[in-house]
Amino acid sequence: MTLLRAVAQRLLYAALLLLAVLVLNFSMMHLAPGDVADTIAQSMGGADSDVMARIRSDYGLDQPFSVQLMRYIGNVLQFDLGYSFFYNQPVTSLIFSKLPATLLLVVTAQLLALTVGVLLGVYSARKQDGIVSHFVTVFALFGYSAPVFWTGILLLIAFSLKIPLFPVAGMIDVTVEGGFFARFIDLLRHMVLPVITLASIFIALYSRLCRASMMEVLGTDYIRTARSKGLSTREVVYKHALKNSLSPVITLAGLQFSAVVSGAVLVEAVFSWPGLGSLALQSIIARDTPTILGILFFSALVVIVGNLITDLALRWIDPRVRSRT
Amino acid sequence: MTALLRVENLRIELATRLGVAPVIDDVSFELAAGETLSFVGESGCGKSMTALAIMGLLPDKVGRIAAGKILFNGEDMTQASDERLRSLRGNDISMIFQEPMTSLNPVFTIGEQIAEVLRRHKQMDKRDAWKRAAELLDAVRIPDATHRVGHYPHQLSGGQRQRVMIAMALACEPKVLIADEPTTALDVTIQAQIFDLLEDLRKDMGTAIIMITHDMGVVAEMADRMIVMYAGRKIEQGDVHTVLDHPRHPYTKGLIACVPHLVATLDEHRPPLTEVSGIVPGLQEFGKNECLFASRCDRVVERCLRERPTEQRFDKDQVSACWQANTL
Repeated sequence: MTLLRAVAQRLLYAALLLLAVLVLNFSMMHLAPGDVADTIAQSMGGADSDVMARIRSDYGLDQPFSVQLMRYIGNVLQFDLGYSFFYNQPVTSLIFSKLPATLLLVVTAQLLALTVGVLLGVYSARKQDGIVSHFVTVFALFGYSAPVFWTGILLLIAFSLKIPLFPVAGMIDVTVEGGFFARFIDLLRHMVLPVITLASIFIALYSRLCRASMMEVLGTDYIRTARSKGLSTREVVYKHALKNSLSPVITLAGLQFSAVVSGAVLVEAVFSWPGLGSLALQSIIARDTPTILGILFFSALVVIVGNLITDLALRWIDPRVRSRT
Repeated sequence: MTALLRVENLRIELATRLGVAPVIDDVSFELAAGETLSFVGESGCGKSMTALAIMGLLPDKVGRIAAGKILFNGEDMTQASDERLRSLRGNDISMIFQEPMTSLNPVFTIGEQIAEVLRRHKQMDKRDAWKRAAELLDAVRIPDATHRVGHYPHQLSGGQRQRVMIAMALACEPKVLIADEPTTALDVTIQAQIFDLLEDLRKDMGTAIIMITHDMGVVAEMADRMIVMYAGRKIEQGDVHTVLDHPRHPYTKGLIACVPHLVATLDEHRPPLTEVSGIVPGLQEFGKNECLFASRCDRVVERCLRERPTEQRFDKDQVSACWQANTL
């Protein structure tokens, strides 16, 4: 029951937040010089002021800002994000055709980063003078300082060009014949490099934090208690200590979710991954306002859902969070 | 007296920045089945170290047993494998700690934390262990135990948490229970309740208790025998009444004099409170062949600074490590 209430509360906050995002995005796009009419006129090879005015009134661009804003919000509430003249299709369907690719990249990278980060962190916390521990420290510094596009390009050179293990770009190879399994393997092969590239920063972050929090937890009184009960080292570390040291890592993962999404834009550009990031890049160049707004809206949605999941995960891990709400 | 636990010439070395220091230096004692033995002394004199050594829980890489034996039922635990130690820990020998507020894992229910011990050592299945956990909570007088068993530590008060610790420690009916200042962090009223509880459970289960404390009142009330520790050395040992009536070490004498006397009325004359002046020497002094109490002792003679006092036996198994013990 309390869980339902907490979720309802979070959803309410999420709705308010999304509304704020909508208003802010729309206002910022409005402030930027140039509009759809300019781009259309440009693609037509120039137009006179009459045609410009026609286009503006067709798109409702001659209306006052407040009217445009209200109309936009009204449309979004009906799941209508507008029409992209550049792609010649509704923005909603355009985004839904690209969203799965981005979600696949983002979620896989985040899960990989969490798993590997936590495992490395736990291992290096237990063997503080071991080689893995030093590796984690150096790797964390490296992974965090290296920009994703650079890491991505280096990986491409190494594992696509010099040692051709993985495909250079794209998500699927249309020439691959065979059933579901063959196509699945093909997808996995395409995913390896982009996912590793995107995950590398976060593996560095999470492993470092997990190492620190694990070391702190291992020194607590309740770990001494667990050992005094005669539990095996594995039970002490992976049951009693791990659950306690996960909280900061999960919190950070939630905070970093937006960074993962924005990192995906860069990674998609490097690997020509057909997702929202590539779409965003193209629509910014094309001044495709409805599409840009739509992508911003969906990015906000993805981050908010990610944070909701983080909140629920924290509640599941720590009973003290549960009783606070 | 058949010894259940016998510690022989135990020496524990602690690695410090200044080098290796013997925090426990040549300590021997015995614990009989069902008796309560009290360890007394100031902070840092090695009481807790002795307890952790018996549990096999000395901090990794920092502390180690350098010499001596810890015999439990004749088996030397300093030589036992990790696996063997784990099967004894929490089962035949268990321990409760000083800080009930932080000694329970915050993310597991108290029922799970008790049941875990039963599953580990008594091979109980999940349901039986959980049921037994509720019974144990009831035995340590937690009200509404069947309901509270599903609670988390933060939902309990300090006194209740210490009761949970006791329930956990006694779950497998251990032969030895080590209580390391179990009430230091609790209210005075709760202290009395916890001691009553321990005393009752000891009578029911016949568990021998090692009670570590710095409170002479607790010693007088709870213990059969006592050992006074100073700077990692055993300096006096004996039957509680004998030692309290006639301490044969100046340090014990000082500790007893520190206890305020109860008076009937406010204007009644009360003797001024005394203190044992000075402080325990630093760790780097610990290994020296001299009496480590000498710098604080009012009866110090030249020999005290030259030679570590040997243990001398008196009536009723009283032992004192003081060159002047005869004159006290």
